[in-house]
Amino acid sequence: MMMLGRLLTLVLRSPQRGRLEERSRRSGVARWTVLRDASPLVPLLWTRAWGQKLASLGFKLALFAALAGPALAVQPDEVMKDPALEARARSLSAELRCLVCQNQSIDDSDAPLARDIRLFIRERIGQGESNDAVRAYLVSRYGDFILLKPPFKPETLLLWLSPVLVLGVGAAAALFAHRRAPRATPRLSAEEEARLAALTNGDASSG
Amino acid sequence: MIVEIGHFALVLALAAALAQTVAPFWGARVGDGGLMDVGRNAALIQLMLIAIAFAALVNAHLTSDFSVLNVAENANSMMPTIYKISGVWGNHEGSMLLWVLILSIFGALVALFGRALPRELRADALAVQGLISFAFLAFILLTSNPFERLAPAPFEGRDLNPILQDPGLAIHPPVLYLGYVGFSIVYSFAAAALIEGRIDAAWARFVRPFTLVAWSFLTIGIAAGSFWAYYTLGWGGFWFWDPVENASLMPWLAGTAFLHSVAVMEKRDALKVWTIFLAILAFSFSLLGTFLVRSGVLTSVHAFANDPRRGVFILAILAMFICGSFVLFAWRAPMLKQGGLFAPVSREGALVVNNLLLTTACATVLFGTLYPLALEQLTGEKITVGAPFFNLTCGALMLTACFAAPFGFSLAWKRGDLLGVVQRLAFAIIVGAVTAVVGAAWLRGGSIFAPLAMGLGVFVIIGTLIEVVMRAWRPGLAAGMALKRALGLPLSFFGGALAHLGVGVTLLGLSGLGFGAETIATLHKGVPAEVGPYSITLDSVGERVGPNYKETVASVTVRSGDAVVAKIEPARRQFASREMSTTQAGLATLNFGQVYVSIADPTGDGAVPARLYWKPLVTLIWLGGAAMALGGALSLADRRLRFGAAVRAKAGARSLAQPAQ
Repeated sequence: MMMLGRLLTLVLRSPQRGRLEERSRRSGVARWTVLRDASPLVPLLWTRAWGQKLASLGFKLALFAALAGPALAVQPDEVMKDPALEARARSLSAELRCLVCQNQSIDDSDAPLARDIRLFIRERIGQGESNDAVRAYLVSRYGDFILLKPPFKPETLLLWLSPVLVLGVGAAAALFAHRRAPRATPRLSAEEEARLAALTNGDASSG
Repeated sequence: MIVEIGHFALVLALAAALAQTVAPFWGARVGDGGLMDVGRNAALIQLMLIAIAFAALVNAHLTSDFSVLNVAENANSMMPTIYKISGVWGNHEGSMLLWVLILSIFGALVALFGRALPRELRADALAVQGLISFAFLAFILLTSNPFERLAPAPFEGRDLNPILQDPGLAIHPPVLYLGYVGFSIVYSFAAAALIEGRIDAAWARFVRPFTLVAWSFLTIGIAAGSFWAYYTLGWGGFWFWDPVENASLMPWLAGTAFLHSVAVMEKRDALKVWTIFLAILAFSFSLLGTFLVRSGVLTSVHAFANDPRRGVFILAILAMFICGSFVLFAWRAPMLKQGGLFAPVSREGALVVNNLLLTTACATVLFGTLYPLALEQLTGEKITVGAPFFNLTCGALMLTACFAAPFGFSLAWKRGDLLGVVQRLAFAIIVGAVTAVVGAAWLRGGSIFAPLAMGLGVFVIIGTLIEVVMRAWRPGLAAGMALKRALGLPLSFFGGALAHLGVGVTLLGLSGLGFGAETIATLHKGVPAEVGPYSITLDSVGERVGPNYKETVASVTVRSGDAVVAKIEPARRQFASREMSTTQAGLATLNFGQVYVSIADPTGDGAVPARLYWKPLVTLIWLGGAAMALGGALSLADRRLRFGAAVRAKAGARSLAQPAQ
């Protein structure tokens, strides 16, 4: 019941969200221009609170990133010279969420912010930092929200265990149903066995 | 005027739906045949009325009648005719109208072909179907009226979202809805069976064709959507674990499980409660998908403009149908009589395993989709559950299910011989394992997923073929006799085999991902860029004008060594009406793989930044999906499942018997 209430508030709360999205849709271009102008500074100014605020306000900007993006996701000028380092950067950026998009990795996203983070990753990797260090830095800045694969911690325990739990409960239910089902027909008595043998033997010899 | 007729027809359809709900239900309770038959007529009338409403909306879009709000917001007089038509369902209101149209088509099918069914069961099923129809018609009329007028009418419409101006939109949503909504019949029959407190093989036999239709369409719809995303979004991805994709995957998983368990029920009269549960689940997930897409609780690249009033309304519908059916289930299911004993190692047992894995996968997708939402509400903490999570959890479950598939397909009913099956499949197991090892060696420490999927795909394909051959042929049997035996096998067997082959083929396609190549480069005229085994050269860059867009086209030649293998033209389209541009990827299919080129806007000196991909085997992903759907269609053609076959046979027998009396 509590969940339902919360879900209702969520739905009811969304007029504001809807209006903002509507506004950003109408003025989508202008909004992006602002973001794009600020983009060199964004990784520095972008705090966790900011990220959450913007992410909750304008998820539908994702649509713009996907539709109206002027460029491709990873652009030729971003690519690092060393293919091994570039491969590391690519694998790391596939794990990170584009903060202003809906469900896209920064590797796939056209959003300017995603590009900034891609460039940032390459800069740090170029300076010799490990992938883990870069990832840890980004998490400290943007929170777990940036990780497409949620970390294993108390809050996500239920999420990560859900497949195992569901499978376990299902298997237990199947086992229970099997146990409860009436036993198979009792074994044949010795007399019946003999009769069966006689019948099948007769069958074999005649056939 | 035509628009008002459409609106009026929709209101009348609401009344027809109400009649379809109340009369047959009451008739079934008091045993009044006349009242029960009202349901049949009401269903047909409702279809006619909704068809009129839909035709009116199509007409408004075709004639670009911008005095209708829906047309003004989602169409443009310059659009090609095909997009004017597909634009009808390229928006929230129109797509809801298509939803109820398909719902009423399925209702009418029950009304027309359900004569072989017990009268009460048919009446109850039509009543439940009518109630679903009523709820959604009320939803459309109260919150999302597509016939709303706009005064004064603008001279030009806002245009359809450019990304939707694609043949993909003409196919993907209607086919997907045929699948989603098709499960409503299954749901209605499950509810009717629970109300009646009785369920048997005849029930399963009648529900199975509808399940096959719904499932096949859902399969095609998902595959078509995935292919559309692949060529239109510009980075060659075909599945993003987007909430809305998940919303279509969940009914598919539940539906696949149901399809398997209803087969058990039809053949062996077992797993009744479980089958009913899955029937409810499949449609509940369809409803949940509708809620997620349209309420604004989750937004995604697929989102429709949303409105909280709609969200609450759909939540109410969702709560009514899901809670209602589960309450009914909890109350009535224990009364259903169980039949059909089986040993754990048997085809039934294997299908239970299949069901467990598929429903767990389904639950995992559900958890992954809603968990961030719930966590944010409860603790305020934001997390992301993205592709890596789903690939790991859901991927592992699905691969396990695929591994089990050939075993289940080869096991006998009631009591199977696992050792014998392993012996029979030994060849497939060995070839699959060798493929996986060779693949892993080839990749030298790349992802383990690709070789595993490839080995599994080979195993599933060969394993299924072995079973098909073994059904008809034993060593020593003459070829002519084997052919005769093969022709005697039911079509549904071949349908099942084809669907399993499709699974194997899709697995092969997925495994190709690990063997591909990608190059990000700026293409200069005449300078080749390498991607995988091919070299790609930019020949020229030009401009073209389409009906409502301008496009920049790069002409590109694909060469293998010195031989030209393909010429492709990736493009960027600019749509003036919405100041948007879209990417049109250039694709060249070579064997079963594709060379995929997508470009960005050219730089000043005529060079083009581009992403080049070589995706081996990628087309197999969708070909496998097509094979699965075709398998469903083949099963549907099986004689046993033809509507009313039993009735006709009986009538024939009677007419033969009569002269003798």
